[in-house]
Amino acid sequence: MGTSELLDSFSALGEVSWSERLEVKEALAATLAKSSEDRRVFDLVFERFFFRAPEHEALAREISEQDAELDAGGAQIDLAQLRERIAQAIREGDDAALRDLARLAIAAFGRQGEGSGVIGVDVQRIRRALELRSGDGRTREPQDVARGEALELPREALRLFEAHLRRELERDAIERAKRLPPSRPLNELDRALPSGPLQDLAAVHRVVAQLKRRLATQGHSARGRRRHQQVDVRRTMRASLQTGGVPVVLKWRPRRPRRPEIYVLCDVSTSVTSASVFFLSVLHALHDNFRRMRSFVFIERISEVTEIFERERSFKAVSEAIGRDAGVADVSGYTDYGRVWTEFMASVEDDLHPRSTVIVLGDARTNGRDPRADVFAQVAEKAGRTFWLNPEPRLYWNYGDSVIAAYERHCRAFECWTTGQLEEFVKALTRTGPGD
Amino acid sequence: MSAQPDSVAEVSAGLRGVGYLPGQSTALVAYLATKLGKPVLVEGPAGVGKTELAKALSRYLGRRLVRLQCYEGLDEAKALYEWNYRKQLLRIQTESDDAGWSEVQDDIFSDDFLLPRPLMTAIATEEPVVLLIDEIDKTDQEFEAMLLELLSDFQISIPELGVIEARTQPVVLLTSNNTRELTEALKRRCLYLWLDYPSLEHELSIVKLHTPELSDTVARKLVELVQMVRDLDLKKPPSIAESIDWARAMLLLGADDIDANLFNATMSIIVKHRTDLDIVAERVGVQLGGLAGATGSARTG
Repeated sequence: MGTSELLDSFSALGEVSWSERLEVKEALAATLAKSSEDRRVFDLVFERFFFRAPEHEALAREISEQDAELDAGGAQIDLAQLRERIAQAIREGDDAALRDLARLAIAAFGRQGEGSGVIGVDVQRIRRALELRSGDGRTREPQDVARGEALELPREALRLFEAHLRRELERDAIERAKRLPPSRPLNELDRALPSGPLQDLAAVHRVVAQLKRRLATQGHSARGRRRHQQVDVRRTMRASLQTGGVPVVLKWRPRRPRRPEIYVLCDVSTSVTSASVFFLSVLHALHDNFRRMRSFVFIERISEVTEIFERERSFKAVSEAIGRDAGVADVSGYTDYGRVWTEFMASVEDDLHPRSTVIVLGDARTNGRDPRADVFAQVAEKAGRTFWLNPEPRLYWNYGDSVIAAYERHCRAFECWTTGQLEEFVKALTRTGPGD
Repeated sequence: MSAQPDSVAEVSAGLRGVGYLPGQSTALVAYLATKLGKPVLVEGPAGVGKTELAKALSRYLGRRLVRLQCYEGLDEAKALYEWNYRKQLLRIQTESDDAGWSEVQDDIFSDDFLLPRPLMTAIATEEPVVLLIDEIDKTDQEFEAMLLELLSDFQISIPELGVIEARTQPVVLLTSNNTRELTEALKRRCLYLWLDYPSLEHELSIVKLHTPELSDTVARKLVELVQMVRDLDLKKPPSIAESIDWARAMLLLGADDIDANLFNATMSIIVKHRTDLDIVAERVGVQLGGLAGATGSARTG
């Protein structure tokens, strides 16, 4: 975030009315948060700051919102009546009224003396006491509500009301304790790990599409101009005007970069179980994007799965087929990298050439077996570029039986267990020269 | 006619008036864009009305829409300006006998021989326009860098001619499908608007706006289904445009309720991948009632 963005945000604030919370928020967001990820962080920070700052101010000046009238009202009002009013406020989309009702609900609830002191629990208890349920989006007719049936609210509206409840409860707690709770670290701001591979599949696909573009355009400038080039007539004529219409300098059509050839080796052993689903989805996405690609899975032995990926389009079918047909485990079920390199070398040695790219997905844990880094060095030498994606955090590298250091000498290793890191890998790819 | 809005509410009402239902933030950012004269970067999934927003703005503000569709390999000769070399050649040939060299030289690099391309058109016109730079993420980073001068100062430098400054200030919208991270330099110069799929009520009113004849129950059910489909993990979730298309199809078929049969028959309007079709048929078809199992084989697609 730069100075110019700050300036923008102030000029934007000059154009909106300050009393409208939403307008101020959106104006700040439009000028400060410049990606959807930023926007999520911004929302969190905005809520925290604009909740904590005024509370702090109120404490300092000993202002309390213990509005006698409201609280007295809370003591008398009965739940059914309250429910009706909440439904009405939601129907009308009245934010301020909802806030007041949240206070009322808390007051009414507090009278029954059931507060647990834990805000999250209290919110759910109040919701249950009011018999508010998230419905299918249809708000019931008022007469239904009057009959005392459970009130069904659209999910968003309910969430809104809960947020109000939470905020008011927090405010109460602050007023009681006369101090702010300690600020929690904003750990929600971290990017989430890919827990379920399926919902992340789209994200992986997106990153891999990027990867394809980077790989395809890379090395283009270094290749230079060689034979078999076409003259670009339009640009030549344009340039010729500098020399009075005589085409002195010829302009060439840019050469189309050749498609890269990719070899991917993917570890599917038990030590990387959690990561291998992620890896398989990477592999799957790669296959959607690259035509000339051969993929292998390995544990103790290596097995080519290119055909499976070409045959099956859905991710689920692919992972099932791999589990059924690959036959990569031999006896022990532990990864044997030395054997893998030897077998890989034997099967593709003649096909490897400086234009091909080898990507290894694995944790480099040899289970005490010979890593055979020398064979891996041969692979790396034959191929144009070699990358290693390790699903373990860098902290654990070379700890225990991990021998990534031995391989890292011959390739570039990246830690990669989130789509975010996959993106980093893609970025790093562009910075790498073709001969690197 | 040229409108000059004075408040967010005005922009919101204006956009409604031309058939575009903006969300709160959309209206606000559009308002800021006209007030501050800054370009707006609109990002979001495909089919949430990013391009439509630019069209609606141009209708509402009463300005012409100049559109530059970006694609890989787009260069300045197609986006900014180009010298009309045929004309220049003719000029040289007709004058080479009698005119002095320096005169011709001065002559052929003048306005007359310049072919304005969309970006140049946008800033050189007398009437202010709305400039839409569509799918900026499809171009390469070099092109982005070239845009920077235009976006921050509204001027274009032509080596042979000097700096051409904007006569009028256009409202600029850039759209991106988020297939690639845009450079920080570009983002810094823009206001940012993230458009997401609308909420149920919002989408319902959009659908109703476009197909007012459709009965309320069908429209609501349709939008609920679309939202349900979007929650599934699909390769390509249905866009707003597709739910409108679907609503139109319902209208043509004269449907008064969406049952499993009808859903399976018309599903291909909103779902466009074979694997997606399978997922949707499996998940949503079942929810529509016991009929789904019996009619699963009658599925199209």
